[in-house]
Amino acid sequence: MNMRAELRNPATIFALLVMALFATGPFLMPALDEPFYVIVFARIMVWGIAAISLNLIMGYGGMISFGHAVYLGIGGYTVGILAFHGVTDGWTQLAVAVFGSAFIAFVFGAISLRTRGVYFIMITLALAQMIFFLSVSAERYGSDDGLNILSRSDFGVGFFDLEDQMTMYYTIFAVLLLALLVSWRIVGSRFGNVIRAAKSNETRVQAVGVATYRYRLTAFVIAGVMCGIAGLLQANLERFVSPDMMSWPRSGELIFMVVLGGMSTIFGPVTGAFVYLMVSDFLAEWTIHWHIVFGPLLVLVVLFARGGIAGLLDRKPARE
Amino acid sequence: MSDAAATSPALEARSLVKTFGGLTATDNLSLEVAPGEIHAVIGPNGAGKTTLVNILSGLMKPDGGAMLFRGRDITRLSAPARVKAGLARSFQITSIFRDFTVLENVMLPVQAKQGHSYRFWGRTDRDARLTGPAQDLLERVGLGERANVRAGDLAYGEQRQLEIAIALATEPSFLLLDEPMAGMGPEESQGMIAFLKALKGDYTMLLVEHDMDAVFALADRITVLVYGRVIATGAPDAIRNDPDVRAAYLGDDAGDGEAGADTGGEAA
Amino acid sequence: MDYVLLTEQFLNGFQLGIILFLMAAGLTLVFGIMDLVNLAHGSMFMIGAFVGGTIALLTDSFILGVILMIPAMLVIGMAVEMTTLRTLYPRDHLDQVLATFGLILFFNEAVRLIWGPEGLVVPLPAFLDGTVELGLGITYPVYRIVIIAIGLAVALGLYILVGKTRIGMLIRAGASNRTMAGALGVNIPKLFSIVFGIGAVLAGLAGLIITPITQAQIGMGEDVLILAFVVIVIGGIGSIRGAFIASIVTGVIDTMGRSFLDQLLLLFLPANAAESAGPALSSMLIYILMAAILFFRPQGLFPPKGAGA
Repeated sequence: MNMRAELRNPATIFALLVMALFATGPFLMPALDEPFYVIVFARIMVWGIAAISLNLIMGYGGMISFGHAVYLGIGGYTVGILAFHGVTDGWTQLAVAVFGSAFIAFVFGAISLRTRGVYFIMITLALAQMIFFLSVSAERYGSDDGLNILSRSDFGVGFFDLEDQMTMYYTIFAVLLLALLVSWRIVGSRFGNVIRAAKSNETRVQAVGVATYRYRLTAFVIAGVMCGIAGLLQANLERFVSPDMMSWPRSGELIFMVVLGGMSTIFGPVTGAFVYLMVSDFLAEWTIHWHIVFGPLLVLVVLFARGGIAGLLDRKPARE
Repeated sequence: MSDAAATSPALEARSLVKTFGGLTATDNLSLEVAPGEIHAVIGPNGAGKTTLVNILSGLMKPDGGAMLFRGRDITRLSAPARVKAGLARSFQITSIFRDFTVLENVMLPVQAKQGHSYRFWGRTDRDARLTGPAQDLLERVGLGERANVRAGDLAYGEQRQLEIAIALATEPSFLLLDEPMAGMGPEESQGMIAFLKALKGDYTMLLVEHDMDAVFALADRITVLVYGRVIATGAPDAIRNDPDVRAAYLGDDAGDGEAGADTGGEAA
Repeated sequence: MDYVLLTEQFLNGFQLGIILFLMAAGLTLVFGIMDLVNLAHGSMFMIGAFVGGTIALLTDSFILGVILMIPAMLVIGMAVEMTTLRTLYPRDHLDQVLATFGLILFFNEAVRLIWGPEGLVVPLPAFLDGTVELGLGITYPVYRIVIIAIGLAVALGLYILVGKTRIGMLIRAGASNRTMAGALGVNIPKLFSIVFGIGAVLAGLAGLIITPITQAQIGMGEDVLILAFVVIVIGGIGSIRGAFIASIVTGVIDTMGRSFLDQLLLLFLPANAAESAGPALSSMLIYILMAAILFFRPQGLFPPKGAGA
């Protein structure tokens, strides 16, 4: 919300370094003889976009959705299924992904936002499982094994060809910048005021004349669409979709990235995604049993570093 | 016709009933508040005062009865719709947005008053249509210099003032005040009484309060609730001398303002 | 649809409901009493299966496996509670979800390290391996009937434990008013450890008794855990009775849906449409049920007392 204060914050400086790394990655990493990290950065950026979308509803709006990865799946399967049927036109895919995730988010939000607290967490989880099992039962589209995508989204613009790795990378980077801009403006807008206020005291918001439900639902849909677009990018990047991309551990990881980076900060989700995935990568390289270290590490972060990276880097003690 | 409109009550409750499980919190309660008056509602703890405010403000649905606001039936209106009609409330437990600045606290009702909030792009901190009226209001209630302080960092008395300022920012004609003196020391209470006195005439008020000093200093009329029922309504002097009221409520500390204030302190 | 198949599938559904109940009972107790969202409850399901299964294989006695699993899970459950979860009680639900998510990763990997990635096959003892004639031409596996019987016995036992005994009274007192119960001299931390231990035993029991049918696998508890969440959301958080009813309903609807929905759809849809829609719809059935129930009753069928609108 307070951009100026955030810019002086060490966490934001770290975030800007990460962004600089993303911006120069395709040139810097091969020069450092680590070309593998280009694809890693691209993956992280896609997760970052998804985490930004979750932060909108969870960080700013207090809606702890434990099923947010489902929109990754919807965006991804839009590309996968349409391409499977020979529809590779990028604009069609984008339109279907946007409307598809908006529709699902609207229905799921309408149901789950009637509830509070733990019920909300579990219902978003269960509704996402429903779509997950739907994808598992779709034999035509590969069930558990998923679906290979033979050609990436084709937007029909000559110089803009996602088959080119560099174009793919910088498209993701551009969408990441756009997502940051959108989340910053939304949070500071009249709409954002309502969402943030409803997080801290919904009754009071109603008592000043705002019917909160429909605004929360709108935020839920915006977040769903943003994450759906991340799914579309992920499918294109990996040339592959499977039920796993919307399984519940993915939703848990998204939550973790947001918390790790610092909830309700503009850049938090990006640094969260970066640290989470880099640490995963690092540990995974060290041993195949890396979860045995990573799991307890996550527990320790929750127990002792509540403000996430932002909290650790901030000189002031983490707020309650 | 105009005569009838002038004398018809600003807010009228007709036979309101609300039960929680086996407990009747509001028992066939009827009440009229005349335009421009401060109407106090008093009663011992558990008399159902806050429940009444919750019902009148639309945050709770009554099990029976009806409510009329300026002659219009509002029984089925949602809380936000009632605010739009001009009926605002404050809370006994301070319900400000603690992580917002003081100014932002007041901007929210101002923006609600200006129509829908489906505006996703414009920055509210640079929107003079919001900051202007919000700052003006803060000046009026004496919080002008505290505009950029985080609301949670205000002194308690100031938080209570902000609580009412938020209600005022909705530009109501009617204020439902749920124990504005709750938790205040004697000095702060005096400040709040002066503050509310200054508002008198501009707003019709229903004042739920424990602090008898405040009630007798402010109220034009008083309604006494016991176990959700109205046992008396009338001018302050009549209430003070009503034997039923003395027996049921004022009995312990009749006329003793200090003791009344203590009760208020305990309730908070 | 003949009635033999119908009855069999109904019993299968009932048996799934029993497994769900064993999971949900512990979850809903921990939830209702300690206000703790515990994803790691699914790990207890898995650990019960592996630990009990290993004992069964070593001693060559499934019964001994079940019996020795009980103290083992009690210790493991209480250890987890005392080392990690205890710190989480005052935290918000988000922290609880995340920390127990970390625990799941740890336990899954620990099991992979100890038992390897293949899982564990635990054979049924011979005397339970057979079918029994239920009359009217219906035969049914003995073991599944045993599962149902165990579940019903546990349900009855829990009902008595929580409703009629001193420890049950303490549990209910601790749930409704922690400080008050503490003031009355109840050792709240110890009480919570015990409740958690009981939950772990029930989850472990569920995991172990299903193992001869499905075998023990890494992550086996997670799908059951989410179904158990659905169950307690439908049943109302904190309600053992709600958990029982919702478990059985969920189990039966899920199983029956998977077996008969495509045939039911044939009545309305052309054959190829029914064939593709059947599996898809049946996998979504219980979630649709949950959504429908919550739409009308956001607090579940048996809402906790004092949790009014």
